[in-house]
Amino acid sequence: MANVPKELRYTREHEWAKQDGDRVRIGITAYAQEQLGDVVFVELPKVGAKVTAAKNFGVVESVKAVSDLFSPLSGEVVEINGELAQKPETVNQDPYGKGWMLVVKPSNKGEWDQLLTAQQYEELIAQGGH
Amino acid sequence: MSATPFKRTPLYAEHVAAGARMVPFGGWEMPVQYTGIIEEHRTTRSAAGLFDVSHMGEFEVDGPGALAALQHLTTNDVAALQVGQIQYSVLCYDSGTIVDDLTVYRLGEDRYMITVNAGNIDKDWAHVTTSTAHVKDARWRNASEGTGLIAVQGPKAEAIVGRLADRDVTAIGYYRFERGNVGDVPALISRTGYTGEDGFELYAPADGTAQLWKALLAAGRAEGAVPVGLGARDTLRLEMKYALYGNDIDETTNALEAGLGWVVKPAKGDFIGRAALEKVRAEGMRRRLVGIEMVDKAVARHGYPVKHDGREAGIVTSGSYGPSVDKYIGIAYVETALAPVGTALEVEIRGQGKAARVARTPFQPSRVKKAG
Repeated sequence: MANVPKELRYTREHEWAKQDGDRVRIGITAYAQEQLGDVVFVELPKVGAKVTAAKNFGVVESVKAVSDLFSPLSGEVVEINGELAQKPETVNQDPYGKGWMLVVKPSNKGEWDQLLTAQQYEELIAQGGH
Repeated sequence: MSATPFKRTPLYAEHVAAGARMVPFGGWEMPVQYTGIIEEHRTTRSAAGLFDVSHMGEFEVDGPGALAALQHLTTNDVAALQVGQIQYSVLCYDSGTIVDDLTVYRLGEDRYMITVNAGNIDKDWAHVTTSTAHVKDARWRNASEGTGLIAVQGPKAEAIVGRLADRDVTAIGYYRFERGNVGDVPALISRTGYTGEDGFELYAPADGTAQLWKALLAAGRAEGAVPVGLGARDTLRLEMKYALYGNDIDETTNALEAGLGWVVKPAKGDFIGRAALEKVRAEGMRRRLVGIEMVDKAVARHGYPVKHDGREAGIVTSGSYGPSVDKYIGIAYVETALAPVGTALEVEIRGQGKAARVARTPFQPSRVKKAG
């Protein structure tokens, strides 16, 4: 079973969100990176861009496949992980740590409660991830 | 999910036991990776990789008409083939477009084997048997079900196969084969492959294939050999710009624009597609299959449009990250005028033009054994 940290919230598309003061850090889960295989490219929005809950914010590509990234929350991008351009494999090595993707300043605090809890996400992946 | 009738190779249980990720491929359930595509790719280039390619098809044809049948079907000159030699070739339609690419083995005086792509077995069988129905004294046999195939590729391949074989495999030249026992399993030992590395493809009876696989894994362990899935098989061949049927070549691409003119031999006499290919040669090719490398950071993929000066000028047929060349690389059809190495192109990726250029190929230097 893939690692699912208790303190994070999750999307059905396998992104995680972590509260960090009034901001939220976003990445993809250990399960997601395992399913993708070797990540070779990550495309992220620019700082200042607006992202919308459940909408595409970027792309992660493995050797074999292109996958859309979906934002857990709506808000403004205040930071991106620029290291991933040079070292996309960090997403595989440390998906909840150095492999983070965005920091967003949420515009709708209510959206947080719509996200899956760790327990709900564990149930999702136990059923095959769909 | 309904019960899908995916076929399994004789090594299916070995792959599952080894923790491979199994995926559907050309109607088969095959390992895409064991530990990770990039690691498997690099290990193949630095030591050796073992590949289950038992899904590929093998047809035998024998009889006094076998040569005539193959000359009619394939573009290369089968008459040039001696017993023990192998030839890369193409099956074409009358239009000069491609039914499949294949290797032709001359097993005996009047006996040949062809190896075809897994996803094309049924189509190819219908094509070869109906197209040669008029040829006297040529009997076809579909040996695909009963034949396993393991590729051993990489700089340690010769040492690994050599340790298990009952003969001197160092004496087998590139695109040559011998019969012998490997790990006590009767095999056709073929010095061929699809990675650009030295190595062998070992054809064995289906019921001996698992024994051969285990023997190769055991003998290879000390050399650092690992099992390698179809994911790395694809990136390895991409770095060599070897065409993959269904990606770079298919029933809409002709053999010449695909860069396979070196195996199209009209001087041998008539064959299916000859007239159409002669016409293409006379009139010149509209487009060419070229290697591309990305200048902007982005990954080109099969089906992405290629542009030049803002207009559509081609299409990507394969693309990924090349683990050994450490670049985003691809294969694309481009207008003939744009084929020279260095030509600036754009690949349209999610609506944005990303800079690319025509690259020298192979992307990775070939290390196959010299013909001998």
